[in-house]
Amino acid sequence: MTTAVSILPAPQLAALDESYRQAVARKRLRLMLAAAAAFAVLVIAAIGAEVNLRTLFTFFGNFVSYFDRILTLEDGTRVWSNPAEWFWGWRKWLWMLGETILISYVGTMIGAVFAFALNFFAAQNTSPAPWLRFAVRRLLEFARTVPGIVFALIFVIAFGLGPMAGVLAIAIHSTGALGKLFSEIVENADMKPIEGVRSTGGSWLSCMRFAVLPQVAAGYASYALLRFEINVREASVMGFVGAGGIGQELVVAIRKFYYSDVSAILVTIIVTVFIIDISTGWLRGRLFGKDARA
Amino acid sequence: MSQLPKPDREQLRAKYPDVFNRPASARLTMPAMIVGASAIFVVGLVDLDFSPAKLLSGLSQLGWITLMMIPPDPGPSLPAYLSALGETLSIAVLGTTIAAIAALPVSLLAARNIIPSGLLRLPVRRAFDSIRGVDTLIWALVWINVVGLGPFAGVLAIAVSDFGAFGKLFSEAIEAADKKQVEGIRASGGTALHEIRFGLMPQVLPVIAGQVLYFIESNTRSATIIGIVGAGGIGLQLAEQIRVLEWQKVSFLILMILIAVAAIDWISGKLRFAVIGQRAVA
Repeated sequence: MTTAVSILPAPQLAALDESYRQAVARKRLRLMLAAAAAFAVLVIAAIGAEVNLRTLFTFFGNFVSYFDRILTLEDGTRVWSNPAEWFWGWRKWLWMLGETILISYVGTMIGAVFAFALNFFAAQNTSPAPWLRFAVRRLLEFARTVPGIVFALIFVIAFGLGPMAGVLAIAIHSTGALGKLFSEIVENADMKPIEGVRSTGGSWLSCMRFAVLPQVAAGYASYALLRFEINVREASVMGFVGAGGIGQELVVAIRKFYYSDVSAILVTIIVTVFIIDISTGWLRGRLFGKDARA
Repeated sequence: MSQLPKPDREQLRAKYPDVFNRPASARLTMPAMIVGASAIFVVGLVDLDFSPAKLLSGLSQLGWITLMMIPPDPGPSLPAYLSALGETLSIAVLGTTIAAIAALPVSLLAARNIIPSGLLRLPVRRAFDSIRGVDTLIWALVWINVVGLGPFAGVLAIAVSDFGAFGKLFSEAIEAADKKQVEGIRASGGTALHEIRFGLMPQVLPVIAGQVLYFIESNTRSATIIGIVGAGGIGLQLAEQIRVLEWQKVSFLILMILIAVAAIDWISGKLRFAVIGQRAVA
C-alpha cells in the first residue's frame, strides 16, 4: 500500500527551509564556539601538565611491557603456570589485607558515629539554630574536601607510623561524606511525626529519637555500608604513606621492581574489593529491599 | 478537662497479634546485629593497636601541629605553589577528557541495547570493573615507572582510572536511553552507525557531559593526592612540606586546595546547568 505524502508548494517550503537553516546555523555556531573554547582549555592544560607526546610514544611500549613483566615470574615463566610461586607470600598478604579491611571497618564505624551525632545539626529542618547549622556544615565540608591521604600524612607524624593514623584519617573523611548524606536523608524525612511528638510536649532530643530516627535509620545503614565499600579501596593505599594495611607491601613491591609480587598483590586487592562490593550489595538488598541497591 | 478513654490492652493485643507477639527471632535480630558489629569494632581497635595513651599523646601532638599551622603563610614560594596548583588543575582536566574520549566508544560495547550478546559484553564490563578496582594512586605509581616522575604520569593515571569509571557510567546512560528514537532511525532505513549517531548520541551526550564535568571536579581532588607519590602538582609540594614539618606552608597549601576545589565546584555547577538544565544539576 502506498500513501501519498503531501508536499507544500515551493515558495512556502523555501521560507520554512530558510528558517530551519537559520535555527540550525545558530546552534552550530554555538557548538563550534563551545568546542573551540574546550579545545583551548585542553591545550593550555596540556602545556601546564608538561604533556609530551614523544615521551608517551617512546615509552608506551614500556607500559605494555610493564604488564608483561609483572605477569612473569623470576624464572621467566608466566605467573599462572605456577600459582604457588606467584602467591608465595599469601599468608603475609592475607594478614595485611585483613588489617586493611579492619582499618576501613573501624574507620567507617567511627565516622558513622560522628556523622550521626552531627547530621541533625546540619539538616535544614531539624537544626536548632542557623549559626550551628552553618558551623557544622562548614566543618563537614572541610572533612570531606581534604583528601583522606593528606590527613593520613599529618596523622602519621602526630600518632606515629601504623594503622591508627589510617583509621583516624578514614574516620574523618567518612564523617564529612556521611554527615552530608545523612543530613540529606533527614531533610527528606516526613515532618508530620515530628510535629506529632512536639505537640505532646517532647523535647528536641525526643523529637529526633522518636520521630526522625525511625524514618532515617535504614538509609543511614545503607549509606554506611556503601561508605565501607569505598573505604576498603581507600585503606588499600593508606600504606603508601605508612598508615598501615596492604599498601605498604604494594608500594615496596612497585618501587623495588618485584614484578610478580605487584601483580599478585593487585590481584588480591581486586578480588577482595569485588567480594566486598558483591557482599555489601547483597546485604543492602537483604536489609533494605531492592531499592536501596542503587 | 476531658479524659481520654483508657485503651483496652487485652482487646488491642487480640486485635494486633503481629505487633504484640513478635517472634523472638525478629525481636533479637536488631540487638544481635548491633552487638556483633560492636564486637568486630572492639576486636579491630585491639588488633590495630589503639590505646588511650597513644590516642592522648597523638591528640596533644595534633593540637601543637594545629597551633603551629596558624597563620597560614606561603613564605617566599607562593609563585611555585600557584604554578603547582595550575599543574594540578591541568592534570584533572586533561586526564578526565582523555578518559572520556577513550571510554565513549568502548562503553558502547558494554551496553546491553547495542551488544545484545553477553559473550562480548561481559569481558568488557569485567575489564572496566578491574580497572576501577585499582586505586588512582596505584595507577600513578605504575605510570611513574613507565614515563618517569612528573605531571604527565598523573594525567595518564587519572585517564586510566577514570576510563574504568566512565565506561561503566556511559554504558549505563546508553542503556537508559529511549529505544523509540533508535527504532525511528531504523524504520527510515538507517544503518547501525546511523542509529548510534542520530538515535542514541543526542540522548546520552548531555548526560555524559554532565558526568564528565562532575568528574573534573572530583578529579581536582584526586589530582592533589597523586602528587604525594611523585606524579606532579600541588600534592608533591604538600607532601614535601609535611615531611619537613613546615606547618604554616602546609595549612596554606590545604587552604589553596580547598579554595580551588570550591571554585571548580562552582564553575562546573554553572556549566552543568548550561548543558543539561536545572533539574539534572542537583
